[in-house]
Amino acid sequence: MSNLKTLTNGILKENPVFVLLLGMCPTLGTTSSAINGMSMGLATMFVLICSNAVISLLKNLIPDQVRIPAYIVVIATFVTVVQMCMEAFVPALYASLGLFIPLIVVNCIVLGRAEAFAAKNKVLPSIFDGIGIGLGFTLALTLLGATREFLGTGKLFSLTLMPEEYGSLIFVLAPGAFIALGYLIAIVNKLRKA
Amino acid sequence: MNLYVSPSPHIHSGDSISKNMYGVLIALIPAFLVSLYFFGLGALVVTLVSVASCLLFEFLIQKFLMKKEPTLWDGSAILTGVLLAFNLPSNLPVWIIVIGALVAIGIGKMSFGGLGNNIFNPALVGRIFLLISFPAQMTTWPVPEVMSMNYTDVETGATILTLIKDGTGAELPSYVQMLTGDRAGSLGEVGAIALVLGLLFMLWRKIITWHIPVSILATVAAFTGIMYAVDPTQYANPLVHLLSGGLLLGAIFMATDYVTSPLSKAGMIVYGIGIGLLTSVIRLWGSYPEGMSFAIFIMNAFTPLINSYIKPKHFGGN
Amino acid sequence: MAKLKSTLPNMLLSLTLICLFAAGVLATVNMQTAGPIAAAKAAALENAIKEVTPEFDNSPLADAYRAVTSDGDSLVIYPALKGGEPVGVAVESFTMNGFSGEIRVIVGFDTEGKILNYSVLQHAETPGLGSKMQEWFRTDKNRQSVIGRSLAAGNLTVAKDGGDVDAITASTITSRAFLQTLNRAYSAYKGTDAGTGATAATDAVTEATEAAEATETTETTESTEKGGENE
Repeated sequence: MSNLKTLTNGILKENPVFVLLLGMCPTLGTTSSAINGMSMGLATMFVLICSNAVISLLKNLIPDQVRIPAYIVVIATFVTVVQMCMEAFVPALYASLGLFIPLIVVNCIVLGRAEAFAAKNKVLPSIFDGIGIGLGFTLALTLLGATREFLGTGKLFSLTLMPEEYGSLIFVLAPGAFIALGYLIAIVNKLRKA
Repeated sequence: MNLYVSPSPHIHSGDSISKNMYGVLIALIPAFLVSLYFFGLGALVVTLVSVASCLLFEFLIQKFLMKKEPTLWDGSAILTGVLLAFNLPSNLPVWIIVIGALVAIGIGKMSFGGLGNNIFNPALVGRIFLLISFPAQMTTWPVPEVMSMNYTDVETGATILTLIKDGTGAELPSYVQMLTGDRAGSLGEVGAIALVLGLLFMLWRKIITWHIPVSILATVAAFTGIMYAVDPTQYANPLVHLLSGGLLLGAIFMATDYVTSPLSKAGMIVYGIGIGLLTSVIRLWGSYPEGMSFAIFIMNAFTPLINSYIKPKHFGGN
Repeated sequence: MAKLKSTLPNMLLSLTLICLFAAGVLATVNMQTAGPIAAAKAAALENAIKEVTPEFDNSPLADAYRAVTSDGDSLVIYPALKGGEPVGVAVESFTMNGFSGEIRVIVGFDTEGKILNYSVLQHAETPGLGSKMQEWFRTDKNRQSVIGRSLAAGNLTVAKDGGDVDAITASTITSRAFLQTLNRAYSAYKGTDAGTGATAATDAVTEATEAAEATETTETTESTEKGGENE
């Protein structure tokens, strides 16, 4: 599989959120606005690329029986790095996403790609896989966040498009996340089949 | 896929979907007259808008999204529209009612595959969606004003349950007011006598059986009665609980929806007790003053489970 | 290079090396970010104080002290001085009675006990409902605003409880909790002298005052240290 194909694969055909249905916790929890969704997607993408690269590099040095703890340590390291940097340099974003950043460690997408792709492939394809899946995740979260933000508050990326009182509050809250995700998955499936 | 066939005998009683739906609609007439009397123009506008938009969305979705012949006049969309309207305050702006109808029909019914496949009562889906989405508009209730010609511009007040929840010791409406419907509330829930008349009509025409309404009401009466006996200063007496909020409307018309309630008599009683318990618990200790719609919603979700554990008995079986 | 076999020495060695490396990376990043994190936190707090008090020329963070509330808790008070004279205070107050738990508010009083401004530091209230408190109580409409009100006459309560503040529509619980933070803040502030933080003679229980004075000393030193680090 060419690197380019690896890259595009994650965006639509194997989109982690809409097709693989992985990483539902951050997907539902952090997408109350487009900017939150996008930031969470980008943070996950950074972790994904780094962990894919490192695990692919180390794959022959890690004995099979201890591979899961080794992967988790690598992933947790990168997540903590992201968390610290975010708290130091973008405290406002950290205030709204802070709770969910440590959860990237247990995001099944990251461990899943380490196990399914990085452990079997060379460094470069692994990096491309990280970028592709990460982009797919970011796109999905941004889309879901934008949908919820618009329907819930009438805004898009904090830009007011319709008066706030016409927003259905439910979309900002948890039940609206499930409803919006359900309909987005239905639409994406329809598009993929067409 | 498992196909469940209810046990024999399979005798056709001449019933049809539309016959039952129109029967329920007839049973709702007394309550509708009460709401027209106490809320005037607002009640009429809200009901008409709700029914019309339910019919419109049913038609559009069936015609263009599901691409099949619209079954507009089987009465189910009209019933959903009326029940949704009955759960709304009579001063609700038109655009919110239209959103409620879209959610009720689009999300509550058609997304699951249309009539017969929905897990939750569509009108309740619409109401709960609106309650969470527009809490301010959905919890300001107009005060009754006989034959009022005002729509959105009316005086508002608190419902009985809100008065109890706030615990300010404000005086509750009298029992006569509760029975006739002269109190603040959603437009279909206020008139206790009218709702009971509807129940009697449906029992007489065998549209529903007594199991669900009676088990709900008995459970709420028992539960709130025990709490009242424990501490009468903190908890309202069971009669107030029976007559206030959406309890009667929910027990008689919402919980008894064929599609979303259990098939067997025993199952219906389990379902009714569940609704009664949840309603009482939410009313007494929850953060919302009224828990009827949430209780029915939760028990709707349990209906398939109840159906698979408590199956109707075979004829002649033991 | 062939894959390492899963023997005990191999596994131990491999995991140990990975952990050591991870620890090294984290230690480095931590050293790099600890400063900016502390600075960002202090800056956020200082901005909040600036927002709720009149102009000052001291360092409220360094002069911070603790004072007891009427219900026995203790809150941090940041005095604002101009030319050595007290012009007001910022009180960091909180309550656990919000609709979804804790609400932290910083509120500024002038020397007469009037509310100058407030800022919600942290909350988990429902978006679109309780979260409106950030703006609601400073909007000059009906009886919503608390700005300029004096608490010397008594606690603020919502209209539903017989008070004269309009609660946020459909969020009475949040409104009650919010006003509680203001009342607590004032009850901590009124027992002290704005300038020095010395506990003036009040009707507060002696024991509670003593306990507060004990914590006050440690708290002040801590804040001073933090302040020093930032400079």
